[in-house]
Amino acid sequence: MVMKVHGSVFSTAAMRVLIALHEKDLEFEFVPVDMRAGEHKKEHFLALNPFGQVPAFEDGDLKLFESRAITQYIAHVYNDKGTPLVCEGKPMATVGVWMEVEAHQFDPVASKLQWELVYKSMFGMATDAAVVEENEAKLAKVLDIYEARLSQSKYLGCDCFTLADLHHLPGLTNLMGTPVKKMFDARPKVSAWVADIMARPALAKVLAMRNQQ
Amino acid sequence: MAAPVKVYGPPLSTAVSRVLACLHEKDVEFQLVPVNMAQGEHKKPDYLKIQPFGQVPAFQDESITIFESRAICRYICDKYADKGNKNLYSTNPLVKASIEQWLEAESQSYNPPSSALVFQLAFAPLMNIKQDEELIKLNDQKLLKVLDIYDQRLESSRFLAGDEFTLADLSHLPNTHYLVSVGNRGEAFSSRKNVGRWWNEISSRDSWKKVVEMQKSK
Repeated sequence: MVMKVHGSVFSTAAMRVLIALHEKDLEFEFVPVDMRAGEHKKEHFLALNPFGQVPAFEDGDLKLFESRAITQYIAHVYNDKGTPLVCEGKPMATVGVWMEVEAHQFDPVASKLQWELVYKSMFGMATDAAVVEENEAKLAKVLDIYEARLSQSKYLGCDCFTLADLHHLPGLTNLMGTPVKKMFDARPKVSAWVADIMARPALAKVLAMRNQQ
Repeated sequence: MAAPVKVYGPPLSTAVSRVLACLHEKDVEFQLVPVNMAQGEHKKPDYLKIQPFGQVPAFQDESITIFESRAICRYICDKYADKGNKNLYSTNPLVKASIEQWLEAESQSYNPPSSALVFQLAFAPLMNIKQDEELIKLNDQKLLKVLDIYDQRLESSRFLAGDEFTLADLSHLPNTHYLVSVGNRGEAFSSRKNVGRWWNEISSRDSWKKVVEMQKSK
């Protein structure tokens, strides 16, 4: 039985899982969830994710939600397939740290900026300049720390590409299409890291899925 | 004999207490290194070397220095897999997947509203900061929605990830303790049958009682 991902190709969380599956060259079935129609809040979807959020994931009898739990499952259980997305032993400790940094320091700020600069206009709502300014200031501090980190390490977690980097890709894809791009461009190590990870074929495959929708 | 691991930060910090609870569950000896936050020690260059975001906790084990409380907990459970509570972060991939799911749920859905409420209700008054009533109301609503989902889950499961107490449950202890003891939010938990049962059980664990004692004495 093939793995299933329930979600929307435009959801950053669903993208996180799709990128991981492509990195590992794993076969899966993508089951679109019509969020505009509120499908994610209906009974049959709540059975997969009681929080009513995408993505939801199935591998045989195993059902999972929370994109970062799903990517970790995929990375560990299919460790020998495709790109290694975690490390063994000591470097994994640091990979774990930067996975949490993405979740707690980068994502909350990046999400607010994406909401203001990307999603609101899709829904005919006006951008709140004050919120943008506040979150750009927060992002600047985070990116300064990333710049220092990437001066000591080729990728965030260790010397290879791991989930710590991958988890940033959906947010980066959105933000690099907005004026926030200049904040990444202004920091040489960050800029090089962004260019490197966004050039990965797995991301291109997921973006191609978007263009087909 | 290896030196005890080091935890930097005050036990009163929710994130620090998350790590302390894990260390007690795993029977891992540790040394608590004070960080004088009132004097801004956590924002000074020496501390920023070990935690660049200027937050507590930070953690050292032999030559490794790490931060982010949930990453520290995972590290402790991986490195000391054979010590203390072996079910805390199971090595079985299917069980671990469920633990990770609920640990992420805590991190993404429970932590934001509960942290905001802990700050507003427990810490703001001590810091002479005016409480933001709108923020309290908004986060109370969010918290109750999450607790409804938890109550449904805990109807068919003794703990969040399954039959055993795991890192997923442990991660909820710090914020919930403040909400119930100082934040006057006990009723939100006790009025929900399964959540009430679950909270009583996890907060009665010896490991958590030890952490609460440490919080009282600092």
